[in-house]
Amino acid sequence: MILVLIFLYLPIVILIVASFNTSADIARLSGFTFAQYTALFQDSALLPLLGNSLIVAALSSLIATVMGTMAALGIYSMRGKLRSLALTVTNIPLTNPDIVTGVSLALVFVFVGRALRINNVLGFTTLLIAHISFNLSYVILAVLPKLTQMDKNLRDAALDLGCTPLQAFFKVIFFEILPGIISGALLSFAMSLDDFVISYFVYGPSFVTLPVEIYNYTKKPLHPKIYALFTVLFAAILLIMVLMNILEALDAKRTRNIRKTGNSERGVKFEKIL
Amino acid sequence: MAKSIYLALISAFVCLIIGYPAAYYIASLSPKAQRWLYLLIMLPMCMSFLLKTLSWVSLLEDTGIINSLLGKLGIEPLPLIRNNGAVVLGIVYNFLPYMIMPLFSVLEKMDKRLLEAAADLGCSPLQVFTKVILPLSVPGIVSGLTMVFVPAVSTFYISRKLGSPGTVLMGDVIETQFKTAYNPNLGAALSLLLMVIVLFCIFLMNKFSGSYKEEVTI
Repeated sequence: MILVLIFLYLPIVILIVASFNTSADIARLSGFTFAQYTALFQDSALLPLLGNSLIVAALSSLIATVMGTMAALGIYSMRGKLRSLALTVTNIPLTNPDIVTGVSLALVFVFVGRALRINNVLGFTTLLIAHISFNLSYVILAVLPKLTQMDKNLRDAALDLGCTPLQAFFKVIFFEILPGIISGALLSFAMSLDDFVISYFVYGPSFVTLPVEIYNYTKKPLHPKIYALFTVLFAAILLIMVLMNILEALDAKRTRNIRKTGNSERGVKFEKIL
Repeated sequence: MAKSIYLALISAFVCLIIGYPAAYYIASLSPKAQRWLYLLIMLPMCMSFLLKTLSWVSLLEDTGIINSLLGKLGIEPLPLIRNNGAVVLGIVYNFLPYMIMPLFSVLEKMDKRLLEAAADLGCSPLQVFTKVILPLSVPGIVSGLTMVFVPAVSTFYISRKLGSPGTVLMGDVIETQFKTAYNPNLGAALSLLLMVIVLFCIFLMNKFSGSYKEEVTI
Protein backbone atom coordinates (compact mmCIF):
# COMPACT_ATOMS: atom_id res chain seq x y z
CA MET A 1 0.00 0.00 0.00
CA ILE A 2 2.77 2.40 0.96
CA LEU A 3 4.54 1.41 -2.26
CA VAL A 4 1.41 2.24 -4.23
CA LEU A 5 1.20 5.64 -2.57
CA ILE A 6 4.87 6.30 -3.25
CA PHE A 7 4.31 5.31 -6.87
CA LEU A 8 1.34 7.66 -7.12
CA TYR A 9 2.98 10.61 -5.43
CA LEU A 10 6.56 10.38 -6.67
CA PRO A 11 6.01 12.51 -9.81
CA ILE A 12 3.90 15.00 -7.87
CA VAL A 13 6.59 15.41 -5.22
CA ILE A 14 9.19 15.89 -7.93
CA LEU A 15 7.13 18.63 -9.53
CA ILE A 16 6.60 20.37 -6.20
CA VAL A 17 10.30 20.16 -5.36
CA ALA A 18 11.10 21.46 -8.84
CA SER A 19 8.92 24.49 -8.19
CA PHE A 20 11.25 25.56 -5.35
CA ASN A 21 14.40 24.70 -7.26
CA THR A 22 16.73 27.38 -8.57
CA SER A 23 17.92 25.27 -11.49
CA ALA A 24 15.70 25.01 -14.54
CA ASP A 25 16.59 21.34 -14.93
CA ILE A 26 14.37 19.09 -12.77
CA ALA A 27 17.10 16.51 -12.37
CA ARG A 28 19.58 18.91 -10.73
CA LEU A 29 18.86 20.30 -7.28
CA SER A 30 20.78 23.49 -6.68
CA GLY A 31 18.99 25.69 -4.18
CA PHE A 32 15.76 26.89 -2.65
CA THR A 33 13.86 29.81 -4.12
CA PHE A 34 10.46 31.40 -4.45
CA ALA A 35 11.49 32.98 -7.73
CA GLN A 36 9.21 30.70 -9.77
CA TYR A 37 6.21 31.85 -7.76
CA THR A 38 6.97 35.52 -8.28
CA ALA A 39 7.53 34.80 -11.97
CA LEU A 40 4.17 33.02 -12.03
CA PHE A 41 2.25 35.83 -10.40
CA GLN A 42 3.92 38.44 -12.58
CA ASP A 43 3.11 36.48 -15.71
CA SER A 44 0.41 38.40 -17.52
CA ALA A 45 -0.45 35.53 -19.86
CA LEU A 46 -0.92 32.59 -17.49
CA LEU A 47 -3.08 34.15 -14.78
CA PRO A 48 -5.94 35.21 -17.08
CA LEU A 49 -5.93 31.65 -18.39
CA LEU A 50 -6.38 30.35 -14.87
CA GLY A 51 -9.26 32.82 -14.65
CA ASN A 52 -10.68 31.43 -17.89
CA SER A 53 -10.45 27.90 -16.52
CA LEU A 54 -12.15 28.93 -13.31
CA ILE A 55 -14.95 30.72 -15.19
CA VAL A 56 -15.64 27.72 -17.40
CA ALA A 57 -15.43 25.33 -14.46
CA ALA A 58 -17.71 27.42 -12.25
CA LEU A 59 -20.32 28.14 -14.93
CA SER A 60 -20.37 24.65 -16.37
CA SER A 61 -20.55 22.94 -12.98
CA LEU A 62 -23.31 25.31 -11.88
CA ILE A 63 -25.43 24.74 -15.00
CA ALA A 64 -24.66 21.03 -15.01
CA THR A 65 -25.64 20.76 -11.35
CA VAL A 66 -29.05 22.36 -11.94
CA MET A 67 -29.69 20.35 -15.10
CA GLY A 68 -28.25 17.16 -13.62
CA THR A 69 -30.40 17.40 -10.50
CA MET A 70 -33.49 17.84 -12.64
CA ALA A 71 -32.41 14.92 -14.81
CA ALA A 72 -31.80 12.77 -11.73
CA LEU A 73 -35.30 13.59 -10.47
CA GLY A 74 -36.67 12.59 -13.85
CA ILE A 75 -34.73 9.32 -13.94
CA TYR A 76 -35.75 8.63 -10.35
CA SER A 77 -39.42 8.75 -11.26
CA MET A 78 -38.92 6.50 -14.30
CA ARG A 79 -39.54 2.78 -14.16
CA GLY A 80 -38.44 -0.31 -16.01
CA LYS A 81 -36.99 -0.16 -19.51
CA LEU A 82 -37.08 3.62 -19.79
CA ARG A 83 -35.04 3.96 -16.61
CA SER A 84 -32.31 1.55 -17.64
CA LEU A 85 -32.21 3.24 -21.05
CA ALA A 86 -31.77 6.64 -19.41
CA LEU A 87 -29.04 5.25 -17.12
CA THR A 88 -27.21 3.74 -20.08
CA VAL A 89 -27.35 7.04 -21.94
CA THR A 90 -26.03 8.77 -18.83
CA ASN A 91 -23.14 6.35 -18.61
CA ILE A 92 -22.05 6.77 -22.22
CA PRO A 93 -19.99 9.95 -21.68
CA LEU A 94 -18.27 8.23 -18.75
CA THR A 95 -17.38 5.06 -20.62
CA ASN A 96 -16.66 6.70 -23.94
CA PRO A 97 -13.01 7.61 -24.46
CA ASP A 98 -12.40 11.32 -23.88
CA ILE A 99 -10.86 11.74 -27.28
CA VAL A 100 -13.96 10.39 -29.01
CA THR A 101 -16.21 12.70 -26.99
CA GLY A 102 -13.97 15.64 -27.83
CA VAL A 103 -13.77 14.85 -31.52
CA SER A 104 -17.48 14.26 -31.89
CA LEU A 105 -18.40 17.43 -30.01
CA ALA A 106 -15.98 19.39 -32.18
CA LEU A 107 -17.56 17.94 -35.31
CA VAL A 108 -21.06 18.80 -34.08
CA PHE A 109 -20.01 22.37 -33.31
CA VAL A 110 -18.37 22.88 -36.67
CA PHE A 111 -21.37 21.34 -38.43
CA VAL A 112 -23.89 23.53 -36.60
CA GLY A 113 -21.62 26.52 -37.10
CA ARG A 114 -21.58 25.92 -40.83
CA ALA A 115 -25.34 25.49 -40.91
CA LEU A 116 -25.77 28.81 -39.10
CA ARG A 117 -23.05 30.40 -41.23
CA ILE A 118 -20.90 31.41 -38.29
CA ASN A 119 -17.18 31.56 -38.89
CA ASN A 120 -14.83 30.31 -36.20
CA VAL A 121 -17.60 28.75 -34.18
CA LEU A 122 -15.14 27.31 -31.64
CA GLY A 123 -14.79 29.57 -28.63
CA PHE A 124 -16.16 30.19 -25.18
CA THR A 125 -19.69 28.96 -25.89
CA THR A 126 -18.60 25.67 -27.42
CA LEU A 127 -16.17 25.07 -24.58
CA LEU A 128 -18.91 25.75 -22.05
CA ILE A 129 -21.39 23.47 -23.80
CA ALA A 130 -18.81 20.69 -24.01
CA HIS A 131 -17.98 20.98 -20.32
CA ILE A 132 -21.64 21.01 -19.31
CA SER A 133 -22.27 17.91 -21.38
CA PHE A 134 -19.60 15.81 -19.71
CA ASN A 135 -20.29 17.22 -16.24
CA LEU A 136 -23.97 16.25 -16.45
CA SER A 137 -23.17 12.55 -16.07
CA TYR A 138 -21.14 13.13 -12.94
CA VAL A 139 -23.88 15.19 -11.33
CA ILE A 140 -26.59 12.68 -12.19
CA LEU A 141 -24.51 9.81 -10.82
CA ALA A 142 -23.86 11.73 -7.60
CA VAL A 143 -27.46 12.81 -7.02
CA LEU A 144 -29.34 9.67 -8.06
CA PRO A 145 -28.08 7.42 -5.21
CA LYS A 146 -29.14 10.05 -2.67
CA LEU A 147 -32.62 10.09 -4.19
CA THR A 148 -32.94 6.32 -4.00
CA GLN A 149 -31.70 6.33 -0.40
CA MET A 150 -34.29 8.93 0.54
CA ASP A 151 -37.38 7.91 2.42
CA LYS A 152 -40.21 7.90 -0.15
CA ASN A 153 -42.75 8.76 2.52
CA LEU A 154 -41.16 12.17 3.03
CA ARG A 155 -42.41 13.44 -0.30
CA ASP A 156 -45.84 11.93 0.21
CA ALA A 157 -46.05 13.47 3.67
CA ALA A 158 -45.15 16.88 2.29
CA LEU A 159 -47.77 16.55 -0.42
CA ASP A 160 -50.37 15.39 2.12
CA LEU A 161 -49.61 18.41 4.26
CA GLY A 162 -50.56 20.67 1.40
CA CYS A 163 -47.30 21.34 -0.41
CA THR A 164 -47.37 21.73 -4.13
CA PRO A 165 -44.91 19.35 -5.84
CA LEU A 166 -42.55 22.29 -6.36
CA GLN A 167 -42.72 23.25 -2.69
CA ALA A 168 -42.23 19.62 -1.73
CA PHE A 169 -39.00 19.64 -3.71
CA PHE A 170 -37.59 22.86 -2.33
CA LYS A 171 -38.70 22.34 1.27
CA VAL A 172 -38.06 18.62 1.71
CA ILE A 173 -36.38 16.72 -1.10
CA PHE A 174 -33.75 19.35 -1.78
CA PHE A 175 -32.32 19.15 1.73
CA GLU A 176 -32.37 15.37 1.71
CA ILE A 177 -30.28 15.14 -1.47
CA LEU A 178 -28.12 18.20 -0.77
CA PRO A 179 -24.95 16.19 0.01
CA GLY A 180 -25.28 14.48 -3.37
CA ILE A 181 -25.82 17.80 -5.13
CA ILE A 182 -22.80 19.37 -3.44
CA SER A 183 -20.48 16.46 -4.14
CA GLY A 184 -21.73 16.37 -7.74
CA ALA A 185 -21.04 20.08 -8.12
CA LEU A 186 -17.56 19.85 -6.59
CA LEU A 187 -16.71 16.79 -8.62
CA SER A 188 -17.79 18.37 -11.87
CA PHE A 189 -15.93 21.57 -10.96
CA ALA A 190 -12.73 19.59 -10.43
CA MET A 191 -13.27 17.55 -13.59
CA SER A 192 -13.92 20.64 -15.64
CA LEU A 193 -10.93 22.49 -14.20
CA ASP A 194 -8.63 19.63 -15.04
CA ASP A 195 -10.07 18.54 -18.35
CA PHE A 196 -7.62 18.66 -21.17
CA VAL A 197 -8.54 16.17 -23.87
CA ILE A 198 -12.08 17.39 -24.56
CA SER A 199 -11.16 21.07 -24.24
CA TYR A 200 -8.26 20.52 -26.59
CA PHE A 201 -10.62 19.64 -29.42
CA VAL A 202 -13.32 22.24 -28.84
CA TYR A 203 -11.36 25.31 -27.77
CA GLY A 204 -10.97 28.28 -30.06
CA PRO A 205 -8.09 30.73 -30.18
CA SER A 206 -10.33 33.38 -28.61
CA PHE A 207 -10.72 31.50 -25.34
CA VAL A 208 -8.03 29.17 -24.03
CA THR A 209 -8.09 27.29 -20.73
CA LEU A 210 -5.11 26.47 -18.59
CA PRO A 211 -4.65 22.74 -19.31
CA VAL A 212 -4.67 23.45 -23.03
CA GLU A 213 -2.08 26.18 -22.60
CA ILE A 214 0.03 23.87 -20.43
CA TYR A 215 -0.04 21.41 -23.30
CA ASN A 216 1.17 24.12 -25.66
CA TYR A 217 3.89 24.92 -23.14
CA THR A 218 5.05 21.30 -22.91
CA LYS A 219 5.85 21.26 -26.60
CA LYS A 220 8.68 23.69 -25.90
CA PRO A 221 11.26 23.34 -23.11
CA LEU A 222 9.25 23.91 -19.97
CA HIS A 223 9.57 27.09 -17.95
CA PRO A 224 9.85 26.23 -14.22
CA LYS A 225 7.02 28.61 -13.35
CA ILE A 226 4.70 25.90 -14.66
CA TYR A 227 5.86 23.76 -11.73
CA ALA A 228 4.89 26.58 -9.38
CA LEU A 229 1.51 26.70 -11.07
CA PHE A 230 1.16 22.94 -10.60
CA THR A 231 1.93 23.30 -6.90
CA VAL A 232 -0.69 26.04 -6.49
CA LEU A 233 -3.31 23.97 -8.32
CA PHE A 234 -2.38 20.90 -6.28
CA ALA A 235 -2.96 22.87 -3.07
CA ALA A 236 -6.31 24.15 -4.38
CA ILE A 237 -7.56 20.71 -5.36
CA LEU A 238 -6.30 19.22 -2.10
CA LEU A 239 -8.42 21.82 -0.31
CA ILE A 240 -11.53 20.98 -2.36
CA MET A 241 -11.05 17.27 -1.77
CA VAL A 242 -10.54 17.65 1.99
CA LEU A 243 -13.66 19.81 2.11
CA MET A 244 -15.62 17.18 0.22
CA ASN A 245 -14.30 14.52 2.55
CA ILE A 246 -15.35 16.38 5.67
CA LEU A 247 -18.81 16.92 4.18
CA GLU A 248 -19.11 13.23 3.50
CA ALA A 249 -17.90 12.41 7.00
CA LEU A 250 -20.60 14.65 8.47
CA ASP A 251 -23.19 13.03 6.24
CA ALA A 252 -22.08 9.55 7.30
CA LYS A 253 -22.15 10.54 10.96
CA ARG A 254 -25.67 11.92 10.57
CA THR A 255 -27.04 8.76 8.99
CA ARG A 256 -25.26 6.65 11.61
CA ASN A 257 -26.81 8.67 14.42
CA ILE A 258 -30.24 8.27 12.89
CA ARG A 259 -29.73 4.56 12.70
CA LYS A 260 -28.31 4.34 16.22
CA THR A 261 -31.02 6.21 18.06
CA GLY A 262 -33.74 4.89 15.80
CA ASN A 263 -35.72 7.89 16.96
CA SER A 264 -34.06 10.73 15.17
CA GLU A 265 -35.20 14.28 14.97
CA ARG A 266 -36.98 13.37 11.79
CA GLY A 267 -38.68 10.45 13.50
CA VAL A 268 -39.84 12.69 16.30
CA LYS A 269 -41.25 15.17 13.82
CA PHE A 270 -43.14 12.38 12.12
CA GLU A 271 -44.62 11.20 15.36
CA LYS A 272 -45.80 14.70 16.10
CA ILE A 273 -47.39 14.92 12.67
CA LEU A 274 -49.08 11.59 13.14
CA MET B 1 -4.10 -0.35 -33.71
CA ALA B 2 -3.38 -3.85 -32.51
CA LYS B 3 -0.56 -2.25 -30.56
CA SER B 4 -3.01 0.13 -28.81
CA ILE B 5 -5.20 -2.75 -27.71
CA TYR B 6 -2.21 -4.85 -26.69
CA LEU B 7 -0.61 -2.12 -24.58
CA ALA B 8 -3.94 -1.10 -23.07
CA LEU B 9 -4.71 -4.70 -22.09
CA ILE B 10 -1.29 -5.17 -20.49
CA SER B 11 -1.72 -1.89 -18.61
CA ALA B 12 -5.18 -2.88 -17.42
CA PHE B 13 -3.89 -6.16 -16.02
CA VAL B 14 -0.86 -4.56 -14.40
CA CYS B 15 -3.29 -2.11 -12.78
CA LEU B 16 -5.34 -5.05 -11.55
CA ILE B 17 -2.29 -6.74 -10.01
CA ILE B 18 -1.21 -3.54 -8.23
CA GLY B 19 -4.70 -2.25 -7.52
CA TYR B 20 -6.27 -5.37 -6.03
CA PRO B 21 -4.02 -5.65 -2.96
CA ALA B 22 -4.25 -1.88 -2.47
CA ALA B 23 -8.05 -1.88 -2.62
CA TYR B 24 -8.14 -4.94 -0.36
CA TYR B 25 -5.94 -3.21 2.17
CA ILE B 26 -8.04 -0.03 2.15
CA ALA B 27 -11.25 -2.02 2.55
CA SER B 28 -9.83 -3.76 5.62
CA LEU B 29 -9.31 -0.48 7.50
CA SER B 30 -11.67 1.47 9.74
CA PRO B 31 -14.19 3.73 7.92
CA LYS B 32 -12.34 6.88 8.94
CA ALA B 33 -8.95 5.67 7.71
CA GLN B 34 -10.68 4.38 4.60
CA ARG B 35 -11.99 7.81 3.78
CA TRP B 36 -8.61 9.49 4.08
CA LEU B 37 -6.71 6.84 2.14
CA TYR B 38 -9.37 6.99 -0.53
CA LEU B 39 -8.80 10.72 -0.73
CA LEU B 40 -5.07 10.12 -1.14
CA ILE B 41 -5.77 7.74 -4.02
CA MET B 42 -8.23 10.12 -5.68
CA LEU B 43 -6.08 13.21 -5.36
CA PRO B 44 -3.41 12.44 -8.00
CA MET B 45 -6.23 11.68 -10.42
CA CYS B 46 -7.40 15.26 -10.27
CA MET B 47 -4.03 16.74 -11.18
CA SER B 48 -3.01 17.62 -14.69
CA PHE B 49 -1.92 14.37 -16.26
CA LEU B 50 0.20 16.30 -18.72
CA LEU B 51 2.54 17.51 -16.02
CA LYS B 52 2.59 14.21 -14.18
CA THR B 53 3.60 12.46 -17.38
CA LEU B 54 6.25 15.07 -17.97
CA SER B 55 7.52 14.41 -14.47
CA TRP B 56 7.95 10.75 -15.39
CA VAL B 57 9.89 11.84 -18.44
CA SER B 58 12.34 13.67 -16.21
CA LEU B 59 12.56 10.62 -13.95
CA LEU B 60 13.20 8.12 -16.70
CA GLU B 61 15.25 10.13 -19.18
CA ASP B 62 18.73 8.97 -20.10
CA THR B 63 20.06 11.90 -18.09
CA GLY B 64 17.10 11.82 -15.70
CA ILE B 65 16.86 11.37 -11.96
CA ILE B 66 16.89 7.57 -11.80
CA ASN B 67 19.75 7.21 -14.23
CA SER B 68 21.85 9.90 -12.58
CA LEU B 69 21.33 8.18 -9.22
CA LEU B 70 22.35 4.87 -10.79
CA GLY B 71 25.34 6.61 -12.31
CA LYS B 72 26.49 7.68 -8.87
CA LEU B 73 26.32 4.05 -7.77
CA GLY B 74 28.49 3.17 -10.73
CA ILE B 75 25.79 1.48 -12.80
CA GLU B 76 25.49 2.09 -16.52
CA PRO B 77 22.42 4.16 -17.53
CA LEU B 78 19.42 1.94 -18.26
CA PRO B 79 17.24 2.45 -21.33
CA LEU B 80 14.14 3.40 -19.33
CA ILE B 81 12.29 5.59 -21.77
CA ARG B 82 11.10 5.35 -25.39
CA ASN B 83 9.90 1.77 -25.19
CA ASN B 84 6.72 -0.18 -24.54
CA GLY B 85 7.52 -0.52 -20.85
CA ALA B 86 7.62 3.23 -20.35
CA VAL B 87 4.25 3.66 -22.09
CA VAL B 88 2.71 0.94 -19.93
CA LEU B 89 4.20 2.57 -16.85
CA GLY B 90 2.72 5.93 -17.82
CA ILE B 91 -0.71 4.42 -18.43
CA VAL B 92 -0.65 2.40 -15.23
CA TYR B 93 0.42 5.44 -13.26
CA ASN B 94 -2.28 7.69 -14.69
CA PHE B 95 -5.18 5.26 -14.52
CA LEU B 96 -4.43 3.18 -11.41
CA PRO B 97 -7.01 5.09 -9.31
CA TYR B 98 -9.71 4.08 -11.80
CA MET B 99 -8.89 0.47 -10.96
CA ILE B 100 -8.72 0.92 -7.21
CA MET B 101 -12.05 2.76 -6.91
CA PRO B 102 -14.46 0.10 -8.21
CA LEU B 103 -12.47 -2.70 -6.56
CA PHE B 104 -12.63 -0.88 -3.26
CA SER B 105 -16.36 -0.25 -3.47
CA VAL B 106 -17.01 -3.94 -4.14
CA LEU B 107 -14.64 -5.20 -1.45
CA GLU B 108 -16.01 -2.75 1.07
CA LYS B 109 -19.60 -3.86 0.59
CA MET B 110 -18.68 -7.52 0.94
CA ASP B 111 -20.40 -9.21 3.84
CA LYS B 112 -17.67 -10.06 6.37
CA ARG B 113 -19.80 -12.87 7.78
CA LEU B 114 -19.33 -14.79 4.52
CA LEU B 115 -15.59 -14.85 5.14
CA GLU B 116 -16.07 -16.03 8.71
CA ALA B 117 -18.49 -18.69 7.54
CA ALA B 118 -15.99 -19.92 4.97
CA ALA B 119 -13.24 -20.05 7.60
CA ASP B 120 -15.56 -21.91 9.99
CA LEU B 121 -16.32 -24.43 7.31
CA GLY B 122 -12.64 -25.30 7.12
CA CYS B 123 -11.21 -23.08 4.42
CA SER B 124 -7.63 -21.99 4.73
CA PRO B 125 -7.10 -18.22 4.32
CA LEU B 126 -5.95 -18.84 0.76
CA GLN B 127 -9.08 -20.85 0.02
CA VAL B 128 -11.25 -18.15 1.55
CA PHE B 129 -9.67 -15.75 -0.87
CA THR B 130 -9.90 -17.86 -4.02
CA LYS B 131 -13.32 -19.38 -3.32
CA VAL B 132 -15.20 -16.49 -1.73
CA ILE B 133 -13.53 -13.10 -2.06
CA LEU B 134 -12.33 -13.40 -5.63
CA PRO B 135 -15.62 -14.60 -7.18
CA LEU B 136 -17.54 -11.95 -5.26
CA SER B 137 -15.27 -9.17 -6.47
CA VAL B 138 -15.59 -10.08 -10.15
CA PRO B 139 -17.94 -7.14 -10.90
CA GLY B 140 -15.36 -4.78 -9.43
CA ILE B 141 -12.54 -6.39 -11.38
CA VAL B 142 -14.51 -6.16 -14.60
CA SER B 143 -15.51 -2.55 -14.17
CA GLY B 144 -11.96 -1.67 -13.10
CA LEU B 145 -10.52 -3.32 -16.18
CA THR B 146 -12.99 -1.42 -18.35
CA MET B 147 -12.27 1.89 -16.69
CA VAL B 148 -8.53 1.46 -17.23
CA PHE B 149 -8.75 -0.08 -20.66
CA VAL B 150 -11.01 2.56 -22.19
CA PRO B 151 -8.87 5.63 -21.49
CA ALA B 152 -5.68 3.62 -22.04
CA VAL B 153 -6.64 2.54 -25.54
CA SER B 154 -7.39 6.11 -26.56
CA THR B 155 -4.55 7.98 -24.87
CA PHE B 156 -2.44 10.23 -27.05
CA TYR B 157 -0.20 12.25 -24.81
CA ILE B 158 1.40 9.55 -22.67
CA SER B 159 2.54 7.46 -25.60
CA ARG B 160 3.95 10.50 -27.35
CA LYS B 161 6.02 11.62 -24.40
CA LEU B 162 7.15 8.26 -23.04
CA GLY B 163 7.06 6.17 -26.17
CA SER B 164 9.04 5.91 -29.36
CA PRO B 165 7.89 6.23 -32.97
CA GLY B 166 7.22 2.50 -32.71
CA THR B 167 4.56 3.02 -30.04
CA VAL B 168 2.13 5.26 -31.91
CA LEU B 169 -1.31 4.55 -30.50
CA MET B 170 -4.77 5.12 -31.94
CA GLY B 171 -5.29 8.29 -29.96
CA ASP B 172 -2.09 9.72 -31.46
CA VAL B 173 -3.28 9.05 -34.97
CA ILE B 174 -6.68 10.63 -34.35
CA GLU B 175 -5.10 13.69 -32.77
CA THR B 176 -2.67 14.09 -35.66
CA GLN B 177 -5.43 13.76 -38.24
CA PHE B 178 -7.47 16.49 -36.60
CA LYS B 179 -4.84 18.91 -35.45
CA THR B 180 -1.90 18.74 -37.83
CA ALA B 181 -2.81 16.67 -40.89
CA TYR B 182 -6.16 18.47 -41.41
CA ASN B 183 -7.90 15.30 -42.41
CA PRO B 184 -10.89 15.20 -40.08
CA ASN B 185 -12.62 12.56 -42.19
CA LEU B 186 -9.99 9.94 -41.47
CA GLY B 187 -9.89 11.12 -37.86
CA ALA B 188 -13.64 10.76 -37.51
CA ALA B 189 -13.55 7.30 -39.05
CA LEU B 190 -10.83 6.23 -36.63
CA SER B 191 -12.80 7.71 -33.70
CA LEU B 192 -15.84 5.73 -34.74
CA LEU B 193 -13.71 2.60 -34.98
CA LEU B 194 -12.30 3.29 -31.54
CA MET B 195 -15.79 3.75 -30.14
CA VAL B 196 -16.90 0.46 -31.66
CA ILE B 197 -13.88 -1.31 -30.16
CA VAL B 198 -14.61 0.18 -26.76
CA LEU B 199 -18.31 -0.66 -26.90
CA PHE B 200 -17.42 -4.19 -27.98
CA CYS B 201 -15.01 -4.57 -25.06
CA ILE B 202 -17.63 -3.27 -22.63
CA PHE B 203 -20.15 -5.69 -24.11
CA LEU B 204 -17.66 -8.57 -23.68
CA MET B 205 -16.93 -7.59 -20.11
CA ASN B 206 -20.64 -7.31 -19.37
CA LYS B 207 -21.06 -10.86 -20.61
CA PHE B 208 -18.55 -12.07 -18.07
CA SER B 209 -19.88 -10.17 -15.13
CA GLY B 210 -23.67 -10.00 -15.42
CA SER B 211 -24.69 -7.12 -13.19
CA TYR B 212 -22.34 -4.38 -14.16
CA LYS B 213 -24.54 -1.52 -15.25
CA GLU B 214 -25.12 0.05 -11.87
CA GLU B 215 -21.52 -0.58 -10.93
CA VAL B 216 -19.97 2.43 -12.67
CA THR B 217 -19.75 4.57 -9.60
CA ILE B 218 -17.56 7.52 -8.89
